[in-house]
Amino acid sequence: MRDRITLQVARYRPEQESEITFDEHEVPCPKDWVVLDGLNHIKDRIDGTLSYRWSCRMGICGSCGMTVNGEPKLTCATFLADYAPGPLRVEPLRNFPVIRDLIVDIGDFMRKLVRVKPWIVRQVEKPLSEGEYLQTPEELDEYKHYSMCINCMLCYSACPIYGLDSKFIGPAAIALAQRYNFDNRDHGAAERMDVLSEHEGIWGCTFVGECTKVCPKHVDPAGAIQRYKLTAAMESMKSFFLPRGA
Amino acid sequence: MASTQVYTDYHPRWLRRQVSTYWWLEKWAYFAFILREMTCLFVAWFVVYLLLLVGAVAGGAESYQRLLDWSASPWVLTLNAATFLFMIYHAVTFFVAAPQALVVHVGRRPVPARLVLAGHYVAWAAASALVAWIVLRA
Repeated sequence: MRDRITLQVARYRPEQESEITFDEHEVPCPKDWVVLDGLNHIKDRIDGTLSYRWSCRMGICGSCGMTVNGEPKLTCATFLADYAPGPLRVEPLRNFPVIRDLIVDIGDFMRKLVRVKPWIVRQVEKPLSEGEYLQTPEELDEYKHYSMCINCMLCYSACPIYGLDSKFIGPAAIALAQRYNFDNRDHGAAERMDVLSEHEGIWGCTFVGECTKVCPKHVDPAGAIQRYKLTAAMESMKSFFLPRGA
Repeated sequence: MASTQVYTDYHPRWLRRQVSTYWWLEKWAYFAFILREMTCLFVAWFVVYLLLLVGAVAGGAESYQRLLDWSASPWVLTLNAATFLFMIYHAVTFFVAAPQALVVHVGRRPVPARLVLAGHYVAWAAASALVAWIVLRA
């Protein structure tokens, strides 16, 4: 096996370019190196001006998402050796504005995320003296996989609907809304429904399903959206047939 | 909600890449999705064909024979064969997607996705067997 691999790294320097260009660098390719190691090697040894985000190196922080050979990937969990003999093309995540090199602006997602209230909404808080809100393992299992979302934006990058219509609220925001809707301590489902049932909410999704395939944490945002479509349809039927409530 | 454009007024040099008109040709998964969406046209055609069939049967033996003769023409045969294939594709992709949307619980335990999928195929086979029995019995 070759011990080096060529990385074609996207560059966008707004002060001197109006389009993405590519720099080619040869980097070492030991079997335990991930794409992020290759980028760090370039930054440390070859070209210190390369800009990209990373933090934890262990698939937790969700900041090193990039497009690797056309697929959205966490670069800390994508091994260079899997792409040998290369070359390997590293680009910024699709469907987001590029700020510089491999860095994209995710402000659009952050604004949408707040709208779905991704926190526990209580009608009445019980007094501290009554202790914790206890849950059974079955109750935890209802939402636990949705809570694994690390906001890495791979799902938005894979979603052609979001690429075509940026008003679509998007996979991760809806999955995180469902994380709280399925939490039996939460009372905020009705408040979230106003946002999720908009045309740009769940109904914007045409179930391409790529968001689920690229999710590094197996959150299944596509499933979360389809489940909510069922919920919203049932609620709509109920309000039609039982206008004064059940 | 503030739009992306408003937020980025002060960052005019951010690069905004347009999605290609041919985005659905970039990946097999996207193309398969477009094929799945296209199946609705064939579903619509089968509905029209069924209505034509019902109308012909209601019109008596002569009109039914006319429809059979028309259905035997090469282009109708080709269209119906293609429609049949697309209907199978429609059903299979629908069934594959169903467990993601339909999370069934027995008591407090969720039913595994494979069982939900199998349930759809069993229902499909049962419905087909029923139709075959009704048709072949005559």
